[in-house]
Amino acid sequence: MLEVHDLVVEAKVGDALIRLVDDVSFRLDAGGTLALVGESGCGKSMTALSLMRILPEPAVRIGAGRIELEGEDLVQVSESRMCKVRNSAISMIFQDPMASLNPVHTVGRQIVEAIRSHRDVPKPEARRLAIELLRSVHLPDPEKRIDYYPHRLSGGMCQRAMIAMALASRPRVLIADEPTTALDTTVQAQVMALLKSAQRETGTAIILITHNLAVAADAAQNVAVMYAGRIVESGPAREVFRAPRHPYTVGLLQAVPDGADIADGAEIPPLTEIPGNVPRPGLARRGCAFAPRCPRAQPRCAEERPDLVLQDGGPRAVACFFPHEAVLR
Amino acid sequence: MIARATFWQRFCRYPTAIVGLVILVLVMAVAFVGPIVYGGDPWAMVAAPFIWPGQDPAYPLGSDSMGRDVLSGLIHGARVSLFIGVAATCAAVLIGVLVGSAAGYFRGLIDDALMRFTEVFQTIPNFLFAIVLVAIFQPSITVICFAIAVVSWPPVARLVRGQFLTLRQRAFVESCVVIGMSTPRIIFTQILPNCVAPIIVTASIMVATAILLEAGLSFLGLGDPNVMSWGAMIGFGRQSLRTAWYLAAIPGIAIQLTVLAISFVGEGLNDALNPRLG
Repeated sequence: MLEVHDLVVEAKVGDALIRLVDDVSFRLDAGGTLALVGESGCGKSMTALSLMRILPEPAVRIGAGRIELEGEDLVQVSESRMCKVRNSAISMIFQDPMASLNPVHTVGRQIVEAIRSHRDVPKPEARRLAIELLRSVHLPDPEKRIDYYPHRLSGGMCQRAMIAMALASRPRVLIADEPTTALDTTVQAQVMALLKSAQRETGTAIILITHNLAVAADAAQNVAVMYAGRIVESGPAREVFRAPRHPYTVGLLQAVPDGADIADGAEIPPLTEIPGNVPRPGLARRGCAFAPRCPRAQPRCAEERPDLVLQDGGPRAVACFFPHEAVLR
Repeated sequence: MIARATFWQRFCRYPTAIVGLVILVLVMAVAFVGPIVYGGDPWAMVAAPFIWPGQDPAYPLGSDSMGRDVLSGLIHGARVSLFIGVAATCAAVLIGVLVGSAAGYFRGLIDDALMRFTEVFQTIPNFLFAIVLVAIFQPSITVICFAIAVVSWPPVARLVRGQFLTLRQRAFVESCVVIGMSTPRIIFTQILPNCVAPIIVTASIMVATAILLEAGLSFLGLGDPNVMSWGAMIGFGRQSLRTAWYLAAIPGIAIQLTVLAISFVGEGLNDALNPRLG
């Protein structure tokens, strides 16, 4: 349904063009969930913003590629058409729910506006729908809270309201950019559960952008691991996390504490960190971007850049010359 | 939820603000009710010239060089001065908000162009510019308001631009774009309400400045010749400043009190509307 082909997002710094997102391709089926994971600055959010066409232009813009939503290339459509698309087909929720609501309007007014911007319903009817939406995202006491200003709601409640707003247009694709990062752990789980149940009810496809591997593993069928603007490994979430093949994915997973260890009360083994930092975008480089940090790097890695290739013709793809074996961990 | 002091509670913390408000309400009452209660034409020559205040109980504030009742002039002038202050400020705020919001929202070339345009206006001395404008067109209340607005909008534009530059970065603007809201709607219904407080505060001070500007213009004989304003009264009193100083002093005090009151109220508003205090 949504297919992204060779997407390039460029930032203009001085005279130089820097690729923030480099040849990213993926597809998303109706009702499916794709997680984009990676460290800060790897291009996940830029990918999301380019899907919505809300990049901070003209400094950052789509350089090449196609974003096909049901056959329509969103890179080419006019801004007014894009307004309609945002209105009806794609929606997005952001990292910081408190900041995403306008502080001077009540929550209800904002949801009513969202509803009325794509459906021609009178205000009282829109208000009724808004209350229903708030109830469907399990906001307690929606009749009362609809008239609250955002500062009176907690972060979790705000994110529920944001999800309600995003779902108001019944989008076919919902982009969730770090939807739980600003929330408490317990609330995180609730919000993820809410997204999943909303997906079941409305059949919307979700692109989940997160640096939290546990969230990705829990919620997504497919996962794409990004590094320095490129997808380095992709495939079904279960397989990728069970048997990661790209050294970067392996490193990411080793840097996450294992819940089982903690529960056992055993001595927690020290976490393995990935040495070094994410390369600064724009540094001219040959070869694999991860090579300087990679324990498996060979001379070839510094010379040539590996392409993302399908492994054994299956659904998994890895961009590495020397991937880990496809064995279960 | 933490109990927050209401707007009024915060406003009332400042004694000067209350004093200002009381004076301002009095002036406004005089402006609205005065001409009805104390009727008559302020231009009518009703008495002997140069009656000093207190000399004749029929004319408590005396009469001017042409025998016009000073109290009547003061009361009718209040209406004109306040009207010009408010109308000119409204016009200036309108221009300033349009220019500033466009510059701050669109940034880039539009911002550069609009801000250079604003700076052109800022570099011309306000009062001289207003004199030129009024001199070119015929002096009338409309032209005077227009002239005052034209010289006083740049600070509003810069203020609004600054607010927009920070506000448009906020996530809620993005979420409005995301639900497909049009740009004018985002500007006027989403971002603008967030910078109402500083605009109100600036506007309140601008009313005072506008009254002063009008008084200055009238003093120089560039006021609307058909309406009695405080500035015009000072202008009339100028010729006999040495023999009858009260003619200039009485409207002068009225202007001073009003401007002071508005400034006090403006300061009170600034503190009351500032969410970081209180």
